[in-house]
Amino acid sequence: MENLINIFIKSIFIDNMVFAFFFGMCSYLAVSKTVKTSMGLGLAVVFVLGITVPVNYLLDKYILAEGALVWLDPSMADVDLSFLSFIMFIAVIASMVQLVEMIVEKFAPTLYSSLGIFLPLIAVNCAILGGSLFMQERGYNSIAEVTSFGLGSGIGWLLAIVGIAAIREKIRYSNVPAPLRGLGITFIVTGLMGIAFMSFMGIKL
Amino acid sequence: MKALRKFLDKKKPLFEKGGKFAKLQSTFDAFDTFLFVPDHTSKTGTHIKDAIDLKRTMSVVVLALIPSLLFGMYNIGYQHFLSVGETAALMDMFVYGLIKVLPIVVVSYVVGLGIEFAFAQMRGHAVNEGFLVSGMLIPLVMPVEAPLWMVAVSTAFAVVIGKEVFGGTGMNIWNPALIARAFFFFAYPSKMSGDSVWISEKADTFSGATPLADAAALVDATPTQAESLMSGALSQTWDMFIGLIPGSIGETSTLAILIGAVILIATGIGSWRIMLSVFVGGYAMGAIFNLIGANPYMELIPAWQHLIMGGFAFGAVFMATDPVSATQTTRGKYIYGFLIGFLAVLIRVLNAGFPEAMMLAILFMNTFAPLIDHYVVQGNVKRRLKRVKVKA
Repeated sequence: MENLINIFIKSIFIDNMVFAFFFGMCSYLAVSKTVKTSMGLGLAVVFVLGITVPVNYLLDKYILAEGALVWLDPSMADVDLSFLSFIMFIAVIASMVQLVEMIVEKFAPTLYSSLGIFLPLIAVNCAILGGSLFMQERGYNSIAEVTSFGLGSGIGWLLAIVGIAAIREKIRYSNVPAPLRGLGITFIVTGLMGIAFMSFMGIKL
Repeated sequence: MKALRKFLDKKKPLFEKGGKFAKLQSTFDAFDTFLFVPDHTSKTGTHIKDAIDLKRTMSVVVLALIPSLLFGMYNIGYQHFLSVGETAALMDMFVYGLIKVLPIVVVSYVVGLGIEFAFAQMRGHAVNEGFLVSGMLIPLVMPVEAPLWMVAVSTAFAVVIGKEVFGGTGMNIWNPALIARAFFFFAYPSKMSGDSVWISEKADTFSGATPLADAAALVDATPTQAESLMSGALSQTWDMFIGLIPGSIGETSTLAILIGAVILIATGIGSWRIMLSVFVGGYAMGAIFNLIGANPYMELIPAWQHLIMGGFAFGAVFMATDPVSATQTTRGKYIYGFLIGFLAVLIRVLNAGFPEAMMLAILFMNTFAPLIDHYVVQGNVKRRLKRVKVKA
């Protein structure tokens, strides 16, 4: 149990998707104009990460990894399908995103229209694929661990995007020099937020 | 006084439109309004009749910082003579510290105000007075052995990236003085950590470790090591409170900081809500660690001791209360302050890389201050809407 909490906290703060790895920057920069929409997108990312990482974990463990197919037949011990991981992971992610899109369209049409193209684009959000690939690389041992990792990464991303959205709502009243308005200042803000998140770097849990 | 006013009035036309020095108008205006309360009256909209304006506010904060600055100078001399093993008169210690600290203060003001004036001229607005305080805060959070050019680079970074790109005073998200310190810390870590930077011209044999560094060393200490560490600087509680310990120039003396806090609270400029909740948050986290007691650091340092070690008190009183980068709503202030104290102690104890965590905790909460405000305001809106519905 303690291990699960550690992984959860670690993936929110220490290995934050945005500030430690610069993943998911495109939607992070593009959809962070208001807190409300960014909250919607953030929740969608949490949901997708929370589902796809465990599903991909099972996929990896029982089909793709070397010798994973032994449960089918002992003679398949040296079959290695890991070259298929990218395509399989993406397929899972894309189908999950389809589901999210349908749900959002049905239950929150205003959010759906304000998210626009960025909702289907979650499918190619590098934070999502990155989550699955980190899961594969870091060798987590149980479905509970990967679920807590997936949810934690999603919540870390959510925290980052709502944080910057609130800052952007605030600096709308600031007298930012004309050449920096819009994305320019957003990049600077992201960098400074990165400094603030440095506080957690190096904590060993 | 009258002669000065007359002189300024005589020169004024030179700086107005069409005058000889029209380009320097904002510079002239800055000096004029610094010396005399401006006599502007608003033509439309809300009229406010109050002698206090931004410049007067900032001057009060600088005044509140003076005790810390003076004590810092004295402490630098005290630490120096202690480390080389000489006895010196109080005045000697003070003068020694003065000679060490003054260049840092001058560099910080010259660089920062230079950039401020340059930006004001270029963008054609009045000179922002916010740097009066930042320029004093930056030297106070620097180690005494900081090379002057590094102070200059950090100050420049803080003023340009931390403040001017957002439009100047009152529009920044992070506290510029903390940005300067964070920049210094991450760019030149060897000059901001370790044992040799806190005491000027220290004798090699003398241990210059700050109490915080001693405390951080407790994490992996064996029981005997822990005992010797605890009987060292960490046992001198009064020294820590009064400030006779190594550390950044202005942060060591909790006593001097409390005098500053009284000035800030009495004049209504610093928010007592934030100060109080920072201390409560720090104490709470310290108490939790005392309960867990997983390593000697958590076990042996009492919760209240966290509040007087390192930059905790300085950060709580002068940095966290910065009205621009803190939360604006009343409830938001409690949440913001509590989380600062909480995180500062948390990072101190858990993160071996950053024994002095106050700076990072405040920067972190500065980041989320707008978000806290947003949700507090939304919560208020929701509650009021509900009230309307009930009546209708």
